[in-house]
Amino acid sequence: MPDDPKTTVPQLASTTWQIGRVHRKVDAMERMRGVLRYTDDLTLPGMLHGKIKRSPHAHARILSIDASKALAMPGVFAVVTGKDFPTPYGIIPWTPDENALAVDKALYVGDGVAAVAAIDEDTAILAAAAIEVQYEVLTPIFDPEQALAQSGTNPINPYAKHGNLSKEVLLEFGDVDAGIAAADLVIEGEYFFEGTTHAAIEPHCALAHVEPNGLVTVWSATQVSHYLHRELSKVLGIPAHRLRVIQPPLGGAFGGKSEPFDLEFCVAKLAMLTGRPVKILYTREEVFYAHRGRHPMRMRYRTGFTSDGRIVAMDAKTTIDGGAYSSFGLVTTFYSGQLACSPYVMGAYRFHSRRAYTNKPACGPKRGHGSVQPRFATEVQLDKAAVALGIDPIELRRRNDLGADSETVNAFKIGSNGFLECLARVEAASGWRERRATLPYGRGLGIAGSTYISGTNYPIYPNEMPQAAVQICLDRSGRARVFSGANDIGQGSSTMVAVIVSEELGVPLSDIRVLSADSDLTPVDLGAYSSRITLMVGNACLEAAKKLRKKVSESVARRWEIPPGRVMLIDRQALDRENPEQRVDLAQAFWWAEEDHGLLGEVGSYNTPKDRHGEYRGGTIGASPAYSFTAHVAEVEVDPETGVVDVKHIWVAHDCGRALSRKIVEGQMEGSAYMGFGEALMEQHVVDPAHWGVHAGPSLLDYRIPTFLDTPELHSLIVEAPDARGPYGAKEGGEGPLHPSIPAIANAIYDAVGVRMDELPFSPPRVLRAIQTRAAAQATGTITMHKDGNR
Amino acid sequence: MLRLPRLDVATPTDLDTALALLATPGARLVAGGTDILPNLKHRLGEPPLLVSLAQITRLRDIIEEPQAGVLRIGAGVTLTQTSEHARVRALFPSLAVAAGQVASPLIRNMGTLGGNVNLDTRCRYVNQTDFWRSAIGGCLKSGGTVCHVVPGGRNCVAALSSDCVPVLMSLGASLVMRSPNGTREVPVADYFVADGLRNTVRNDDEITTEIRVPLPTMPRRTAYTKWSVRQSIDFPLLSVALRFDLEHDRVSAALTDVRVVVGVLGARPREVTRLEELRGRAFNDPEVIKAVAERVHAQCKPLENVPYEAPYRREMLPVHVRRAIAALVAAG
Repeated sequence: MPDDPKTTVPQLASTTWQIGRVHRKVDAMERMRGVLRYTDDLTLPGMLHGKIKRSPHAHARILSIDASKALAMPGVFAVVTGKDFPTPYGIIPWTPDENALAVDKALYVGDGVAAVAAIDEDTAILAAAAIEVQYEVLTPIFDPEQALAQSGTNPINPYAKHGNLSKEVLLEFGDVDAGIAAADLVIEGEYFFEGTTHAAIEPHCALAHVEPNGLVTVWSATQVSHYLHRELSKVLGIPAHRLRVIQPPLGGAFGGKSEPFDLEFCVAKLAMLTGRPVKILYTREEVFYAHRGRHPMRMRYRTGFTSDGRIVAMDAKTTIDGGAYSSFGLVTTFYSGQLACSPYVMGAYRFHSRRAYTNKPACGPKRGHGSVQPRFATEVQLDKAAVALGIDPIELRRRNDLGADSETVNAFKIGSNGFLECLARVEAASGWRERRATLPYGRGLGIAGSTYISGTNYPIYPNEMPQAAVQICLDRSGRARVFSGANDIGQGSSTMVAVIVSEELGVPLSDIRVLSADSDLTPVDLGAYSSRITLMVGNACLEAAKKLRKKVSESVARRWEIPPGRVMLIDRQALDRENPEQRVDLAQAFWWAEEDHGLLGEVGSYNTPKDRHGEYRGGTIGASPAYSFTAHVAEVEVDPETGVVDVKHIWVAHDCGRALSRKIVEGQMEGSAYMGFGEALMEQHVVDPAHWGVHAGPSLLDYRIPTFLDTPELHSLIVEAPDARGPYGAKEGGEGPLHPSIPAIANAIYDAVGVRMDELPFSPPRVLRAIQTRAAAQATGTITMHKDGNR
Repeated sequence: MLRLPRLDVATPTDLDTALALLATPGARLVAGGTDILPNLKHRLGEPPLLVSLAQITRLRDIIEEPQAGVLRIGAGVTLTQTSEHARVRALFPSLAVAAGQVASPLIRNMGTLGGNVNLDTRCRYVNQTDFWRSAIGGCLKSGGTVCHVVPGGRNCVAALSSDCVPVLMSLGASLVMRSPNGTREVPVADYFVADGLRNTVRNDDEITTEIRVPLPTMPRRTAYTKWSVRQSIDFPLLSVALRFDLEHDRVSAALTDVRVVVGVLGARPREVTRLEELRGRAFNDPEVIKAVAERVHAQCKPLENVPYEAPYRREMLPVHVRRAIAALVAAG
């Protein structure tokens, strides 16, 4: 990769025929017609069904497990318990703190303790119920501060090295205390994000099969085939080359399928024990227990400003509620601070984050991993400052803009940066300048900005190999086969590679087969997380495609006796750029190239730059090849009598570098804004401490995600600031656009009715209480009427 | 996935056969199935036999009988049909609105009016999987001995969650019940009892065949107001049916009768009392709004049996009542 991005901003060739256009996703027709085969649609001869027995206690020692009654039932083939999986694992190699099934202790209501394989699902359910588990019930801890205080007396996770402290990070850049002391204005705030889950429509499902030669195949609804492959190998004690992991088409993931889960180990082990294929499909309730959703965070922020609105220092103290296991928690703890330093210049910055174990379903990554919560705090702080200083909140953000080719206070190197354009686009589209001052009491506009990574420069387990690789094979029929390790989880990664192949080689999308995420067929890719795929897999694909284009162009050029640079591959044809009458079918061009080169195959790979971060411990975590930028304006109507917040519009401007496929980018932007909107207003992933820590409602009736009717008008405004490190300049578009949703709505509520919602979700009772508290203060004359009471 | 318990399903085509099948010990009725099937998946009961009413065409008629002064709605009429039926909309707009607000379009296409009337009571501690309930040791309604809503309570307070029941009660409707011994007609007002375990007086051998709604004899205005977090799919968290009978067909006319029925409190709908004092007042007199809202607030005390804080829901009852009446007055 070139090192001076200013001189190498990617420009699109005038002959671009696919990049930036609207495409039908490669699997769209199958999905729409209902014929796509998801994991649960797979059935093998002789297949057994598994069921996992789960702990009804939030914290309990397992004294004994007696499976004799279950095993005596007709149709029951095998039972496994924690003793069958003694090796602990964890997605982060430094924190292996969970077993496939609980070995000594169950750590939350729903923790798996045994699994059974039976002739059908009904028999498996009955058999699981017949397994007798004796528990010694221990005192559960649901509050992270209490958990930290009881590290010595009541440690939760037996593998934990520091009691109930799962991870602690304290980093300071510049002199924060001096900055705060010198500031003209200091905003102090305490924010609470209550916790949400992904609610992907497809529940987790896994199927395992053992070939007669001992090869084990696992099909799983995962978004990280490769890490699953590694952990299966480790826990089952099977060499990786004896294991095959296949990811069938997914019905959503959002981060909820980005690490191994109990069912994958259980189906593999049960298949090995019984010699039969075994499948487990989670119930919706089990999906809520598997969780790995967005961490609850209590965030105490102090932000210092100059009188003209510049950020001189930011000080963040965060307590993170991790649940029973580490999951990605080490990274989450870093991200809770490391990703808050852009898109703004700040004089100094310090964060102190502690993640605690509690007796709840483990938290992990959800769309915008670790940084959606601090973004809420950061952006509301800015809004409070704007009000205090009398500066327009968009203008205040402009004044603090980092700009392109810059460096954050924590030493991340930023390449392209379209944040100012994002602000301008939402400002114009929402009619901010004309309308904001005229909206009556009860209606308001709110702004928030954000940034996100396009993958991380350092992989989860240390290695120097490429992070992504793609193989492309052409043949004389004129088609292309693309072998991509990337997990398409609905975000369109298979379409993305097809678009690049099409652009470079002239093959129409209909003639491109993308084979993805099958460890026997496709190269290793690290998976669908951290918004890494478009940049990393895209670059790998582009490299392979360019190599092939060179071969094909040369073969054509040789036969036409022109320089290869004059050969264009476009729209199923090869043609002479300077004499377009000279053209052949693409199949003929491939034929000639195959004559010259033999089988037309090329590989491409991508590795990340390793010079884009600061030289301090932890400085690599959160460093990315390129950063996306987003701004939202939300328009709300708040009912002051009921506290109901009706979000009318969200304008989303997102700098994705380059939109390779426009509709898919817009879809990601809308989906992100929708998801953040749901988290802002109604979603609550909580347990009930008054009832022994049971989940407050593990169903889609009780865990409310917005319906179509509840969803605001979403306006996607694509901003393109091409980055030298992305394919055609592309950066991410799948997670960044979520971040401003929550603070933009919070700030809009303030604009509407003059109350600060510093705790999520903004449910009617909470909003109403805040309005009543303000009304009481107005009545005593402490504060004046918001918007002069103008209705 | 959540599985149904093992059971047989019978699909009789006439009522007598259905009644005979219902004599099977433990048999349960299923109409649209949108309530009982999820409940069975949660193992709230394991009947050996479901007697389906789906094939009994006689239950699907809507017949207006001007002489008898009644609209007869078959128990098997779907909620979609109820909400879209021209005569229902003309005669009983609040019923059409309530039926049209149940759950979601797909559920309304399956669910029936008879089923909605006989909807089981709901509670946050009951309508969960059997695994979940085992983690809290069950409750009065599900294999346990305690109530999690009212500590120390001996009486189940699971909530009446039907959208249509408060409306039917406000309209003075009655239910026709068939059993092998004959037919009886029970006013909706007498059908429900304050017991979440079994909140109706229906006998095990009876089938609700018909809902009879008396035709209006006076001009009137009716409304149904429901609050739930989402605009679709949710059960009501707050539910009020209102009916104002008028001397003349205008909102300035004097009230001859006022009926207000509130759902989602305990197991029984609550008819708000002391409304007869409003008779003789003009409907559009602002005092009417105030008086009705006050009485609703004073007499209705939501419980922690459904989500969202009970004090909030209580505070919201008069707000929604005021708005519903104001909208009726404004509509003229």
